[in-house]
Amino acid sequence: MTELIIASMMTMMTAATPLMFAATGELICERSGVLNLGVEGMMLIGAVFGFATAAVTGNASLGLLAAGASGILASLIFAFLTLTMLSNQVATGLALTIFGTGLSALVGFDYVGETIDRIAAIHLPVLSDLPVVGPLLFGHDPLVYLSFILLIGVALFLNRSRWGMILKAVGDSDVSAHAIGYPVVLIRYAAVAFGGLMAGLGGGYLSLVYTPLWAENMTAGRGWIALALVVFASWRPERVLFGAILFGGITILQLNAQAAGLGIPAAFMSMLPYIATIVVLVLISRDVVRIRLNAPACLGRPFRAER
Amino acid sequence: MTEQGLLSLTGICKSFPGCLANDNIDLDVAAGEIHALLGENGAGKSTLVKIIYGVLRPDRGDVRWQGEVTRIENPAQARTLGIGMVFQHFSLFEAMTTLENIALALPPEDPEALRVRLQETASAYGLALQPDRHVYDLSMGERQRIEIVRCLLQDPQLLILDEPTSVLTPQETEILFETLHTLAQEDRAILYISHKLEEVRSLCDRATILRGGRRVDDCLPAQETARSLAEKMIGKKVQQVSRLSPIDSGSSVHLAVSGLNIHSDLAHGIDLTDISLEVRAGEVLGIAGIAGNGQIELMGALSGETGSPLAGSISILGTNANQLNPTVRRSLGAVFVPEERIGHAAVADMTLVDNSYLTGDTRLNFSRRGLIDWPAVARYTQNVVQNFDVRTTGVDALASSLSGGNLQKFIVGREILQEPSLLVVSQPTWGVDAGAAAAIHEEIQRLVSTGVAVLMISQDLDEVFLLSHRIAVISQGTLSTAKPIDEITPEDIGLLMGVRHEALPEADHATA
Repeated sequence: MTELIIASMMTMMTAATPLMFAATGELICERSGVLNLGVEGMMLIGAVFGFATAAVTGNASLGLLAAGASGILASLIFAFLTLTMLSNQVATGLALTIFGTGLSALVGFDYVGETIDRIAAIHLPVLSDLPVVGPLLFGHDPLVYLSFILLIGVALFLNRSRWGMILKAVGDSDVSAHAIGYPVVLIRYAAVAFGGLMAGLGGGYLSLVYTPLWAENMTAGRGWIALALVVFASWRPERVLFGAILFGGITILQLNAQAAGLGIPAAFMSMLPYIATIVVLVLISRDVVRIRLNAPACLGRPFRAER
Repeated sequence: MTEQGLLSLTGICKSFPGCLANDNIDLDVAAGEIHALLGENGAGKSTLVKIIYGVLRPDRGDVRWQGEVTRIENPAQARTLGIGMVFQHFSLFEAMTTLENIALALPPEDPEALRVRLQETASAYGLALQPDRHVYDLSMGERQRIEIVRCLLQDPQLLILDEPTSVLTPQETEILFETLHTLAQEDRAILYISHKLEEVRSLCDRATILRGGRRVDDCLPAQETARSLAEKMIGKKVQQVSRLSPIDSGSSVHLAVSGLNIHSDLAHGIDLTDISLEVRAGEVLGIAGIAGNGQIELMGALSGETGSPLAGSISILGTNANQLNPTVRRSLGAVFVPEERIGHAAVADMTLVDNSYLTGDTRLNFSRRGLIDWPAVARYTQNVVQNFDVRTTGVDALASSLSGGNLQKFIVGREILQEPSLLVVSQPTWGVDAGAAAAIHEEIQRLVSTGVAVLMISQDLDEVFLLSHRIAVISQGTLSTAKPIDEITPEDIGLLMGVRHEALPEADHATA
């Protein structure tokens, strides 16, 4: 019984990790005032280029680098269109997702059915062999730890660093930030690129660790869950952790419920993260102060500096 | 000037698509002086100061700072040089605290050290600040104090203020002026933009006047009258608005409010308590008071934007309007000009024609066979633009493209031409230059002389005395009994502004 619980918790972590990556990136992006709905597309692009690189070179770590890099490139297309050309962020983000879906299917066509050596779980002598605590704390793959470190880093960045404050300022009032002399567009480019990097890594995690193979549309809506997660967390990094584990847990529950033949339809389970997000949205909307303090006031609004 | 000029601009030109905002402007500001920059809306004042602060770049012309030709590339550089600016629309971050807002504009510094410096500077200039309050929670005066302290912490040689008093209460204005005098005594220069000419006369040492993007005159404000300054700004004689004709006491009551109680749903709103008033045909009732004493709530209650009152009644032209929405109230014969021009009275990203349709359709019926008759709306809009001297590129211009004064003329004109029986207007000339203000005053008087009842809510006492037959004061959500204009003085009003007007028996009012 303990083993089953431990196994479930382990898989819950692996389910939460891609969400943590993508949501942490999107959180930074949205905090700067840019709404990038292309997370799903960037994850798919990261997944396919990561897998292809790993398959060609035989090196999963190189694959991970490629996943992150391709995520950045995809996000820079979005950044150029929305920040430089001032296109509508919602429409452009949706287009990026559709583009990513198509591109990844095209690139991944030849790789369907191939396998690679996944990035293995770490094994620390003694520590990982401890009962219960061992696997739970020291038995994950390196990326689980990386996602934690990045999340903590982002939390410190936003709450404790001057640049984090500047980023939030840009998202709160782009006009004011420009007036006191901050390069609003440049900062937003950086934030969008970070979002791309993290979405790419999240996608790479799926194809390099979670299920080390490529299948068309393998993100299966995780990009959208990550987007919902940012709102669910009301733009606070520490809440992303909680939300990712919760939403990851629901995913695992869904699989287990199906396997166990419980009478709960899978569709209902996959609905839960979104219902939870809507409930959270309604709850935080009741508290005007909380919205004012955390939601970036300029989210989704184009900004052009007058010269 | 014996002193070496601190800042000297020569031949500054700046054009935007479709307009030449600055045309060959020269300006000299010396250390230790308070220098006014005057001009109508759209005269190019804001453009000029944005150039000085590095937000905009001039197309041509030289900027000399302390004698050296300098290119000011961005605000950060301007601040390094010693130029600070307080914007008309504050450049603050609402979701952040006072301290964070100030830290963002300064080079990196230990927050605790900054907190100490902040408190020192704030108390040295008598500017009360609360470092840990979030900005969204603060009054306009407090927000401005943050901006000023933020500038002062950078030890500026030149401080630019763009219409600083338009959002301040009289008390806050007084504090600001004391601070500015202290700064000038410390040999800092102040460049002061304002529409309020009396204010400029008492505060400023010199004035430069802009009109249509050009510098037209320099003068010493103390030797001018408000009227002569206004004439220099506009370039023509200002019409003196004549006194109102007396009203017939037997004329019918167009607006009657009795015992009105409203619970405010704004974050820092004021509940209205037991408000009673009456406005007759051909009469202007002026409601004076300091901003934030229930004016917004009263306007909302009268226009029907906020829900029905907790108690009391509003009667428009004899019909009980408690449950009626704004459109029905309009169809009864009332029109409304709310305080906020953009986002309330007009939709920024819609054209003037669209904006005319939005409030005009009820009374003027612009539909033909169930569809909108756009040519008719355009004719109506053209009519407003011509009759009210709205300066715009055309009726298809976006509302947001008009300067504040022109948009206000448009909004007032749009309502007046609907031939109402009752006009309820809030701050009719807020942020509007002298010429446009005179035009709006004249139109209101003309309207009244045709037998329309007008309720005017205004913070501007001169305006209230100029236009009203009777004056009441709103304070802490209560309204004083309205007094005929020859029975009340500005001093009386000042006294009524601070107090709660409890409902008293009628007999006491007569002697009060």
